[in-house]
Amino acid sequence: MVCMEITRAGKRLTARDAGLVACRRCARVWPMGQARCGRCGSHLESRDTKSLQKVWAWWIAGVIAYIPANLYPMLKTNTLVSHTENTIIGGAVELAHHGSFGVAAIILIASVLIPVGKFLAIAFLAISARRGSTVPPRTRTHMFEIVEFIGRWSMIDVFVVAILSSLVQLSVVASIQPGPAAMTFALSVICTMLSAQAFDPRLIWDAVRRQQPRKTS
Amino acid sequence: MTTETLARTTPEEAAIEDLIACPHCDALYLAQMPAKGGRAVCSHCHTVLIAPRTKAGKKMIALTLTVMILVVAALFFPFLDINAGGIGNSTSILDAASSFRSGYMVFLSFLVAAAIIFVPLLRTVLILYVLIPVVRDRPALPHARRAFRLSQELKPWAMAEVFAIGCAVALVKVQDLAHIGFGPAFWMFSALVILVLINDNFLCTWSVWKSLELEND
Ligand SMILES: [Zn+2]
Ligand SMILES: [Zn+2]
Ligand SMILES: [Zn+2]
Repeated sequence: MVCMEITRAGKRLTARDAGLVACRRCARVWPMGQARCGRCGSHLESRDTKSLQKVWAWWIAGVIAYIPANLYPMLKTNTLVSHTENTIIGGAVELAHHGSFGVAAIILIASVLIPVGKFLAIAFLAISARRGSTVPPRTRTHMFEIVEFIGRWSMIDVFVVAILSSLVQLSVVASIQPGPAAMTFALSVICTMLSAQAFDPRLIWDAVRRQQPRKTS
Repeated sequence: MTTETLARTTPEEAAIEDLIACPHCDALYLAQMPAKGGRAVCSHCHTVLIAPRTKAGKKMIALTLTVMILVVAALFFPFLDINAGGIGNSTSILDAASSFRSGYMVFLSFLVAAAIIFVPLLRTVLILYVLIPVVRDRPALPHARRAFRLSQELKPWAMAEVFAIGCAVALVKVQDLAHIGFGPAFWMFSALVILVLINDNFLCTWSVWKSLELEND
């Protein structure tokens, strides 16, 4: 089921081609030049021209915050016999060493694979929106949707630290304190989420339309 | 694709309020309400544009109310308890949220509390405020559109379900350190997460915007 297509002289149109500006939040269209959506109140822009600048600014902030997040300890554990400080990767290795391979995998996926994958995916989307790419635009749009959906799941490790530090407070027997990496890791996740939100996916399709002008499907 | 079966029209023939633009690729369509349970999908990028459900509003309100009751209840019951070497400790969700106490870590406490308690609760209240009049065929309450827009903007920042996975990981991490017990709040929170996930799939935002548009506030 698809809505009725809008065409002019047999060519499929975008809102911009038709002299209209679309609201990205509620999908309503307005005459070009209108500043605010009359239905939901969102700020209207035919194309967010500062989009890529904002994407890169948040992206750089996210990458910078991610470096100390891996170098400093996430958790400090004190027991009667030992004092250990674990980084993200150190914590996962420790879990695997105790036989909890599933949970070690969850930590590695949420705290290493997803953040690094997101950095690469956003960088690729931003570069290919300007330079074009052999990857079909539909695939890149799906990539953007996945990046947007998956971002929040990186917060798992921060929540684990929060739960453990409030739960494991057993005076001298065992206590757990949060380490500085919890803070920088949370900041990194937030910056990356803002970076993905700043991306205007319509730029992907504009680049394609420029490459093959006026070709209709 | 079923492109050949599509009816076509020009932008000049269609009324502007009947048009819909894909938020991901800017393709322009004449909005047609699909049959209940059906979906209108962008033929360029496959983004779902409209997906109405039968009795969506009523189901949504019932689910949202349950979510609110569960979040509030989960706050006041013990969440997890721990026992090691004769010393015990129990923690509530509020304790977990406020576990980053030293210096700059306080910021992280605010963040965790917002992500797992305040933002999900605020979204719940906003959605009820918007949907109850819609379902009862009453005029929308003042500022309903602003309320609905805020609820949509906050969506990525509500992380109750991510926190739930974090609990599971935390439990495995301390299993060799101490004995862990589940409080009633833990089960409430688990139920809540399932409801939150169902809830988000029920709401067709375009249908809600359409019904709010009929109101002149
Ligand atoms: Zn709008
Ligand atoms: Zn060990
Ligand atoms: Zn589209």
